Amino acid sequence: MDHRAALRRTQDSASPAPSVVAEDLTRTFGPVTALSQLSVEMPGGVVGLVGANGAGKTTLIRILLGLLPPTSGRARVLGMDAATEGLAIRQIVGYMPESDCLPTDVSATEFVVHLARMSGLPSAVARERTADTLRHVGLYEECYRPIGGYSTGMKQRVKLAQALVHDPKLVLLDEPTNGLDPAGRDEMLGLIQRISSDFDISVVVTSHLLGELERIADHIVVIEAGVLQRSTSTADATQLSGVLLVEVTDGAPELVARLRAAGAQVADDGGARTFTVELAGEWVLDAVQDGAADLGVGLVRMQRRRHHLTEIFRPEQEGGHVRS
Amino acid sequence: MSGAEPVPSAVPSAVPGPSTAAPAPAPAPDDVIHDIGFRHYDGQRFGRGWVVRSLLVETVRGVFGLGRPARAKVMPWALIGILLIPPLIIALSILLTGGDQLPISYTQYPSSMQLVIALFVAGAAPYCVSRDLRHGVMPLYLSRPMKRSDYVLAKFAGLSISLFAVLALADTLLLVGALLAKLPVGDQLAGWAGGMVISAVLAVLLSGISLVIAAFTPRRGLGVAAIITALMVVSGIVAMLVAVADQKGYPTAASYLHVLDPFSLVDGFATRLLGVDAANGSTYPQAPLGAVVFGLVIVGVIGACLGILVRRYRKVGVV
Repeated sequence: MDHRAALRRTQDSASPAPSVVAEDLTRTFGPVTALSQLSVEMPGGVVGLVGANGAGKTTLIRILLGLLPPTSGRARVLGMDAATEGLAIRQIVGYMPESDCLPTDVSATEFVVHLARMSGLPSAVARERTADTLRHVGLYEECYRPIGGYSTGMKQRVKLAQALVHDPKLVLLDEPTNGLDPAGRDEMLGLIQRISSDFDISVVVTSHLLGELERIADHIVVIEAGVLQRSTSTADATQLSGVLLVEVTDGAPELVARLRAAGAQVADDGGARTFTVELAGEWVLDAVQDGAADLGVGLVRMQRRRHHLTEIFRPEQEGGHVRS
Repeated sequence: MSGAEPVPSAVPSAVPGPSTAAPAPAPAPDDVIHDIGFRHYDGQRFGRGWVVRSLLVETVRGVFGLGRPARAKVMPWALIGILLIPPLIIALSILLTGGDQLPISYTQYPSSMQLVIALFVAGAAPYCVSRDLRHGVMPLYLSRPMKRSDYVLAKFAGLSISLFAVLALADTLLLVGALLAKLPVGDQLAGWAGGMVISAVLAVLLSGISLVIAAFTPRRGLGVAAIITALMVVSGIVAMLVAVADQKGYPTAASYLHVLDPFSLVDGFATRLLGVDAANGSTYPQAPLGAVVFGLVIVGVIGACLGILVRRYRKVGVV
């Protein structure tokens, strides 16, 4: 198992084929343009697809599953053409819809076994993998009870299990955290991260909340009104910024004054104990340290700040490095 | 994922007290839980044929309440029970009284149990399609290696097979009774074979009509009511129209009016095709033309139902 996972990984790294490629993808519904000349490559790992409601995320997923022909342009999923090879794509891709999609009068086990068979698995394998998969998404004894009695969180897990049960190479998750409370949201996000890291399955996950995808996504694609806004790896977007956050026990104003005197750019709107300083060079670190020692204040932390993904949405602030 | 790490299933009892003298169920040494992580599947994946077959099997099972809660089993099995009691009684009565023929023919039997059959199909058709529509299950089906029309075909075939099985079982019980009563084997087998053909035609026709109605009524109760109405009320109205036309002196028109009621449509077809007696003493158009017209209407209705269903599902379950 570990060996095979390692093998898959080495294959992935040897040929880093993107799981999804869209070229000039356009889809119109009468006068409405849902997608407009979208060209994007989504690598393996966890890809976050971010956009407001109605931005075209679901339309894109429908095209990728081969359920909706694009008006123009083309899309390739795992190297297969979405317009012509829909059946083959759907055999090795899992999909978790956003909407409620579970009948109430059957048990989770029964339903997921059925859907596993519907994905082409033989019956015995379907039963075995259903038991495994439900356990992996965190459903145990309760999966023998009718789904009608489940909480929203449990239903989301069943929906996730049915997308994973046939061991797809890629799963498309449409708003998986919808309707979950904060704890359930965290668990779902953790689960999604495990799908990629432990199960070795590529993930495309949509959300209208950038903040939650920031934590788990390796790559972020932002679309707005069917137009690609940004496609970037999370590592790039959240790299270390040139700003140092300093927290002291007291005497922050005095320290700030000393640093300003030394020529450092300091933003001092954080409060009595914290401020940020632009990291112009090594000497700034020394100045902070010496200043604190001279003033006799305790240095609680000196931390290089990371960029937040939400800054993607704040281009007007891109210029100003120093902010609270 | 952290490899096979055995988790001890029980803490070894460290205190050898008097209580341990009791033969406690000691865990076998190989009772350990291995966390083997997520396993990948490299085996065979079947194509559309298997997928459609699986959906069909699930439909048939569901119609009879298998794999569903107990209350889903009550209605179909009660109706099947009611449908099987008359053949049992008929068989017993000819066994005891020694009659020389069945009081009701194999083709007449389904028509005489119209109400029960209508109730059965009215309960089953909404289960087949309304449930998936109401709960939005279609996206899950559509995201699997199958086409929209495959879904329609699997559901149609599943319901038809279920209904045929019920009708065929009743007819077969009738045959067993007749054979036990030592009625002429050849005649009975021929009659039974005719009954099978008619059961199949009736099953497909009723399935088509009721699925179309159910596919447009996502609310289950509404679907049940609509199907019963369509099958029973239409039957009553047609009977009335036939009577009126007969009285006014239009016997030919009256005989053709039967095509409007699914049960008498099939009965008329049977009468003219197999030369058996009509179920309710109705008069149907004379043979070659009658058989052709009734046959064409049956084929037309089934085809239309299939067409409507496929059209309906072109829009449904948009992911």
